[in-house]
Amino acid sequence: MTKTVLTVDDSRTIREMLRAALTEAGMNVLQAEDGVHGLEVLDGAMPDVIVTDINMPRMDGFGFIEAVRGSNKHRAIPILVLTTESVDDKKDRARRLGATGWIVKPFDPAKLVNAINRVAA
Amino acid sequence: MAAIKQTFFQECEEQLAELETGLLAIESEEHDADTINAVFRAVHSIKGGAGAFGLEDLVRFAHTFETTLDLVRSGQIQPDAGLIKLMLRSSDILADLVRISRDGGEMDEGRVSQIHDELTRAAQPGAAAPAAPAPAAPAFAPLPAVEAAGDDDFVPITISFDDLLGGGDPAPEEQVFVVSFRPKPELYAKANDAIKLLREIRALGDADVACDISEVPLLTELDPEGAYLSWTIRLGSNVTEAQVREVFEFVEFDCDVSVTAEPRVDPNFEFVPAPAAETRDAAPVLTEEGPLIPESVLAKIAQVNAEPAKASPAAAGQAQPTQQAQTTIRVDLDRVDRLIDLVGELVINQSMLSQRVTEAGIARLSEVAVGLDDLEQLTREIQDSVMAIRAQPVRPIFQRMSRVVREVADMVGKSVRLVTEGENCEVDKTVIERLADPLTHMIRNAVDHGLEKPEDRVKAGKPEQGVVRMTAAHRSGRVIIEVSDDGAGINRARVKEIAVKRGVIEPGVQLSDSEIDDLIFAPGFSTASTVSDVSGRGVGMDVVKRSIQALGGRISISSKPGLGTTFTLSLPLTLAVLDGMVVTVAGQTLVVPLTAIVETLQPKGPEVHGLGERAKVIAIRGTFIPLIDVGYKLGYRYEEADPLNSVAIMVESENRAQSALMVDGIIGQQQVVIKSLETNYGQVFGVAAATILGDGRVAVILDVDAIVAGNRS
Repeated sequence: MTKTVLTVDDSRTIREMLRAALTEAGMNVLQAEDGVHGLEVLDGAMPDVIVTDINMPRMDGFGFIEAVRGSNKHRAIPILVLTTESVDDKKDRARRLGATGWIVKPFDPAKLVNAINRVAA
Repeated sequence: MAAIKQTFFQECEEQLAELETGLLAIESEEHDADTINAVFRAVHSIKGGAGAFGLEDLVRFAHTFETTLDLVRSGQIQPDAGLIKLMLRSSDILADLVRISRDGGEMDEGRVSQIHDELTRAAQPGAAAPAAPAPAAPAFAPLPAVEAAGDDDFVPITISFDDLLGGGDPAPEEQVFVVSFRPKPELYAKANDAIKLLREIRALGDADVACDISEVPLLTELDPEGAYLSWTIRLGSNVTEAQVREVFEFVEFDCDVSVTAEPRVDPNFEFVPAPAAETRDAAPVLTEEGPLIPESVLAKIAQVNAEPAKASPAAAGQAQPTQQAQTTIRVDLDRVDRLIDLVGELVINQSMLSQRVTEAGIARLSEVAVGLDDLEQLTREIQDSVMAIRAQPVRPIFQRMSRVVREVADMVGKSVRLVTEGENCEVDKTVIERLADPLTHMIRNAVDHGLEKPEDRVKAGKPEQGVVRMTAAHRSGRVIIEVSDDGAGINRARVKEIAVKRGVIEPGVQLSDSEIDDLIFAPGFSTASTVSDVSGRGVGMDVVKRSIQALGGRISISSKPGLGTTFTLSLPLTLAVLDGMVVTVAGQTLVVPLTAIVETLQPKGPEVHGLGERAKVIAIRGTFIPLIDVGYKLGYRYEEADPLNSVAIMVESENRAQSALMVDGIIGQQQVVIKSLETNYGQVFGVAAATILGDGRVAVILDVDAIVAGNRS
């Protein structure tokens, strides 16, 4: 079955790369530009996996993960954190808030798809 | 990938603008927490994208910059004046690195490493600051080894992914791993799932999975969000232990997991069922299609699943993905140019139709004529809308100027503040692009020549810091850009002296103040003695003037001794069309740009006076204005026409002086499409461009300023 992935990232470049990589892998891609936008998109969608950035305007990745995990409808969706931060405390914070896993930028499309497949049902 | 790279560079430009705006706001203390966050994000974003494209230099510098910004963001270091200056210079370097990554070229390594070092030093004082992470793009995060959960002092073991994924290394010998895996409730709360991990393990080789259900309580005591199952897996595979551990990368803290390797003795090893400790029932064996969990447990889970709170994504139903409405689109500029060209043709065609209708003697109120009026209205609206597509705020170029001010001020040792106004003023993209060089030159001039040295300013009773002001505003269909400084003003005696020395004017000529000021624009005025390292570069204000004129613009100067100098640019909003007055001169049809025209009149006998041998002036409202016969000037006739049989078009040239252009008659007012004469033929005196009229004939568009100036000399 075609997997639907929601990507949340404020960088147009990264969004386009994610779209290219995921579409290539036969996945259905939804996109949002920040946490607030991400929640809006989730309002009408049920993706299989969410890939989110950390540093974003309006609502950052931490806030977004917290909000998704706190919602009844979406809390079971795996969330991968896509981040340039390899610093452990950031990763740790994301994990404590409920991130399912993480991918470090710059991402390798194959590894990204693997990670998504790993957490997707 | 190339398209995405283009997006990246576009985005970089935006991020750099954001960065600069933010830093300037911080400098002027008009910032809040969001500003520093935005600044941080801008650099962070550039770093992220640069990493994706393997732009190592850019990543390295952005990373160092980001580290410093992160300390500012978290309040560990305070952005004092010195640090802000350093950050602004860093943003300049970052902009250079972006440009070089895009266009190629050489970067001044010394400058980069100097700023790099300063940034690193700036990040030092905060002793509490976390050690800067490894610079350059991390190929992939070091993988922390799986440790006993709950152990907060775990030591990450660095394992390179390249090693994991084989590369050229020989495949490890097949061996057996015993994996014991006990998830905690947190694992499920994070949307991880034991079944997915087991699936991964099975993908690594021959797996024998045993589930321990001894912990499963009675249904009444079962917490639907609890974790009661654990597994023991015997995996026969030729992967490394690290690869097995990698499966648990995301869940290392949310489960108890151990991986032990048994060296394989017998190549035809057969699995021995795992001694399932504390197993209440016989451990079910996971086969390709077989159940992972005993049916009794499944039944329990099914019941639990019935509770709405535990609704799985699948159960909640697959909602149709919604498409987010897009507010902007990005279009290739070529397409817009093509559209503008087509609209230009439409305008020509419409005026041709209009002319034919008139020629055919159709009544003005006939349906055809009325329909044509509507068409004209529509054409104009289409044109305006198409022009609006290309319109862009002048902000980016204004922002670039703040950098110029900084650089020049540093170089000449002056303290300068750039004040900008009207950055949102919109102008055609082409006009903006072609403004960059003239503006840079004027700004350099303002800082280098316009402003006095700090000590002289103090002596003159002014604040030490000079102010350069740059404003943009729309005025009657044109954009007016002013560059002013609060310096000493033009030293007219000195200007005159230089002009005489350069042979620009004859010694002893009497000139008004504004005429002296205008000497600055004279070709040959700017030479060695006024050229400094900074503003000189062998280019004079005459070049600036020419490039502004090439844009269909005018430049003028005004100066007050001791108070400063102001350059005023008046520019068309677009380069594609202009409103013109179509006139006839010696049987030719010409177009006079409407923006230059003040009024038109029919000279009467008593108003026209001769002056000297040839020159004529016309008396209007108490002043005398020179009369210029356009036909004679352009060489259409050898004798000047009689002013009394001509129409005088009063025009205002760049220094606001008025002149009257004599033409034979006025046909009407019309919007014309500008076709560059220079591109298609070459530069001709007195001709700004050409256009195609409704009847298909080519008409030249007058360069009013050139004709007026030509009359003076």
